[in-house]
Formats: sequence, C-alpha cells, structure tokens
Amino acid sequence: MSAVTVTDGAGPPAASPAPADRAQRRAARRWYRQPALMAGIVIIGVILGLAIAAPLLTSYSPIVQNLNATLQGPSAHHLLGTDQLGRDTWTRLLYGLRVDLRIAFIAVLFPFVLGTILGCLAGYFGGWVDVIIMRLVDIVVAFPFYVLVIALVFVLGPGERSIYIAITAIGWVSYARIIRGEILVAKRQDYVLAAQAGGLSSLRIMGRHLLPNVITQAIIYAMSDIVQDILAIVTLGYFGLGVPPPTADLGSMINDGQNFLSTHWQLTTIPGLVVVIVGLGLSLIGDGLADLLRPGQS
Amino acid sequence: MSENVLEVRDLHVRIASRRGTVRAVDGVSFEVPRGEAVGLVGESGSGKSMTLRAILGVLPPEAKVTSGQILLDGVDLVTLGSAELNRIRGPRLSMIFQEPMSALNPVMRVGRQIAEGPQVHLGHSRARAAERALELMHRVGIPDPERRFRAYPHEFSGGMRQRVMIAIALSCDPEIILCDEPTTALDVTIQDQILRLLAQLCRESGVSLVFVTHDLPVVAQVCQHIAVMYGGQLVERGDVREVLLDPRHPYTLGLVRSAPDFEYVRESLVPIPGSPPSLITPPAGCRFHPRCAFVEEDCRVTETPLRLLPGGRATACLHHERCREAVAADRARP
Repeated sequence: MSAVTVTDGAGPPAASPAPADRAQRRAARRWYRQPALMAGIVIIGVILGLAIAAPLLTSYSPIVQNLNATLQGPSAHHLLGTDQLGRDTWTRLLYGLRVDLRIAFIAVLFPFVLGTILGCLAGYFGGWVDVIIMRLVDIVVAFPFYVLVIALVFVLGPGERSIYIAITAIGWVSYARIIRGEILVAKRQDYVLAAQAGGLSSLRIMGRHLLPNVITQAIIYAMSDIVQDILAIVTLGYFGLGVPPPTADLGSMINDGQNFLSTHWQLTTIPGLVVVIVGLGLSLIGDGLADLLRPGQS
Repeated sequence: MSENVLEVRDLHVRIASRRGTVRAVDGVSFEVPRGEAVGLVGESGSGKSMTLRAILGVLPPEAKVTSGQILLDGVDLVTLGSAELNRIRGPRLSMIFQEPMSALNPVMRVGRQIAEGPQVHLGHSRARAAERALELMHRVGIPDPERRFRAYPHEFSGGMRQRVMIAIALSCDPEIILCDEPTTALDVTIQDQILRLLAQLCRESGVSLVFVTHDLPVVAQVCQHIAVMYGGQLVERGDVREVLLDPRHPYTLGLVRSAPDFEYVRESLVPIPGSPPSLITPPAGCRFHPRCAFVEEDCRVTETPLRLLPGGRATACLHHERCREAVAADRARP
C-alpha cells in the first residue's frame, strides 16, 4: 500500500514492571514520540513552508524569461542556476512545488469522498448496489493506475481540471474497496442493529454510526495515495499533459532539463530529488499515522 | 385502545441456509398486555431472539417472516415499509440488547447516543435533546450525568452501559421495550439492580416489556406472564407463577428442574437429556418427543398446537397431567 516502511526503534523495554510499562506504552503512542511520523511531519513541514513562502524566498519570477542569462551554473544570484530560457531554477522549483502540492492535496480529496460514499453504499446495502459498484471497481483495478490516468488526461486534454477528473475517476476504487470491507465488518456489530432498532434511517446510520468507525482506514490510505497522486501529476507534467507552460511544474522541469543532462544535470536531477523527498515525507506520515491510529498494535 | 399492546399471531420466520430452510420461528402466538411484562424463555436456538428481531423488523438478510401478523395497537408491523417502521421503532417500540458494550457506538459520546432518538423522532433541538438525555441518565441512575454525558462507552462499567442502553430505549417514551437477555452479560449484583430498575420503570411509566432470557429466576422477578419456546414453537404459556410452580409441559418442567434456587429447593439439578432439534428437519409430531421422559406413541405422530387449559394458560403437551405427577413426586422427596 505505502511505499516506505519504517521500523520503530523506540519501543518500550520488554521487561519493565506492569504499570510503568503501560504508561510508557501510552507515551509511545503519542504522536510526537513516533519517529516515522515525526520525520515525515518535519520533511513535509519544511517543503510546505518553502512552497508557501516562495515569494519571500526569491526575487525572481518563475515565468519571466531572461535570454541573456540562459543555462547558468549555480551562483550567488542564481542558487541553482538558470534553465535554457534564463529562468531561475530555485524559483521555478519553489513555484513548481506550490502548483504540484496544491493539485495533489486537492486531487486526493475527490477520490476520497467519492470512494468512501460508494464503498459505504456497497457495503451497507449489499445486493445489486454492491454488485454494480464492485464490478466498476474490478474494471478500473484491471488496469494500472498510471496508464489509466495518463490515458484519461490525454483524452480530456492537458490541464488541472483533467488531472482532477482523471485521478477521481481512477483513484476512488481503492477507497471504495477499503471502506466496503470495513463496513461489511462494522455493520454486523450490535450498535448498528441497535441504531436500526431505534428507527434511524439508513443514511443516518451510515453517516453518524458507521463512517466514524471506519473512516480511519481511508485516511491512512489517503496519505499513501497522495504520494501516488504527486507521482501521477509529475509524470503528466513530464509528458506535457500537466499544467500548461509557462507555469512551473516539477514534471515539466524534469523534461525540459533532460536535453541538457550531460552539461547541466542539476536542471533535471534536483526537481527529481525533490519529488523523491516529498514522496518519502508523505509515506512516513502515512506509516506513522497508521501505527498511531490502528488500535492494538503496540 | 386495546388491552394488549402487542399481539403476535401465528408468526413464521424462515432462514435460508446452505443446508436447507431453517424454520426458526414456527407458528408463535402471544400477547403483551399494556403495562405488563412477558418473559420469553427457551434454550439457545429456540427462536426467541428471532422472534424479537422479527417484531422489530431487523431480521438478518437471509431470514424472512413468511406468514403471521405482528399487531402493535392493531397495526400489522409485518406489512409496513421501512420508512413507516422507522416512525414506530424508537417512539413506540424499542429494544435493549444483551451486550451493552457492542450495542453502543464506540466512537460516539453516550449523551449524544441517548439524545439521538429524541432529536430524530420527537423533533427536539440539539440542546433540548441533550436536556432530555441528562434527565434520562438521572432517571436510570447514572451518577453525575452532566459529566458522564460527554464520556465514551468504554469509560463506563458493564452495569452503567446497560443503564445507558435502557436510557436510549426509554428516550422516546415507547409503549413497549423488547429486552434480549439484558442481564446475561452482567454479574449477579448488577443484574439485580438492572432488573429492579426495569421493573420500576415498567411500573412508573406503564411501559410493557418482552423479556427474552433463559434465566427462570429473572423471569419470576420481572414478569407477570411467561411463554416457553422450544424448537421454534411455543410449548407453554400462562401466568408466570402458575407455569413455574405447576409446569404443564415436560420441557418447562425440565427447565425448572435444571434451574437452581427456585421455589422448591432440590438436592440436585436435573439436566434435560439430548440436544435441541434441528430446525431444518424438525422431528414429526411433538418437537420435544425425542428428549421427553413421558413420551407416548401419539407424541411421535400428532401435531401439537397450543391447547387452552382452564385458567387462561395453554400447553402443547398431549399428556400434561404427567408433569403434574412428576412435580408432586419431586416435592414428596425428602
């Protein structure tokens, strides 16, 4: 599910007396004591800070060309040098992060909501509702995520809107599967029967009683899903199907720099490294959250 | 208004299973008089819980009411759609479950769970429903309701959780509460408190109870009437004292003999031999005959519907006088 697994080295010592042990274990469950989660939060915090503060961290514009200063190496004026159109690479990196992170965080929401609703309906009602929704899921799952997303964006035409549509249309299936499975278990619980016996509507039982009990799994998955979304967005940018130029975007930066790989490797490598770091940070948060929120795994 | 709040008439529930159709409830009829409590007893798998779930319309998907009527104040619940049922469940009919822990939503504050019914059914505002919840928590004996309102179910003890369940069941002032072994999961002292509370609420607010249990002393403590189920059918029905002191069906007799500490003290408990019948292919004739000590030739072939006896009670046994002799023999023993 998630890309990175980190083993927690700071577990409680095995043979301490019971009360102290319990207190220690409780302490270990606190979010700030989870090394993976903490590392992820620091990484993503720094990256987000850089992206948000972009206008303060650079005096250049990400899109204005300066053909007198093309393909410069790193210097005091241009921290990471300039590209073939004389744009400051550091500036484009910051603004590119802004664009890609914004799209990724928005793009993860739509499939989350759609998949959760459909999975909930399928799991709760069963029968033909379940059959129809799960057949749709099977169809989508039969193809690799990136292939379908790229194909869909290609059909819809490049741009932010197409990215949202494509990721929603493909990404919901994982949420639907997770939530459906959780609902199938949860709906056998007596509290659901009690809610039915109390004359509550199906909608209310799903929304107020079942969802709060199962949504955690979808949230955990969303954290690793967003990594997948960022990779998809960068890939689309690389193929020229992302946000149209001249807007900065990590994928198009990698692609543009490719032509100068032998002489100006930093144009390609640095955006690529940033993508890796963002992915790592989000995966760490996802794993940390999973450890924290999944009960009974201390 | 009729004298009976609830009348179940010739109820049949079938469950589709891999090995065949299970006749879980097979022609059960009983009445619940207003303000009184009926105990529905029988061993596991005798169909008592299925009967309750059929009344509430919350049968599992593979089970179905195939015939019969469930009349609440004369309205047949079997024929109602789910929207109409939802207007009845809660305000007029509610249920208390065996396991208060699993019957409460673990991620919702108990106060809000109690307030939910009044909000949905009585149209109370959030604040007014919360007030109602506090009043109910006070009424069912939860100490310090203001503070406990915001607690989660896992912060409560078993007895307190069951009190919360009772508060939820009472929240919309129902006419009848169905109790599915509400004290089985509790220890004996707490059990007694909960039973007293139920009996008291029953007296004070005139709510009727259907009390499913396999615990005869509990029935004797709370109920005025008893209905004994065996193999999906009712085998005996009547006033609780009369039935328990003078059983007229060998199965009831077996239950009384196997329960400790009832009216006449015995030296040793007598178990009922054998095991409950398969409800896919139930035995012909009387369903109890393979386990019955008094079995005769006609028991194996004759269908045994409930027959009225003098005094308003009824039994399915063809040879119920034999039970009387057995009880007399038991009492005569030193």
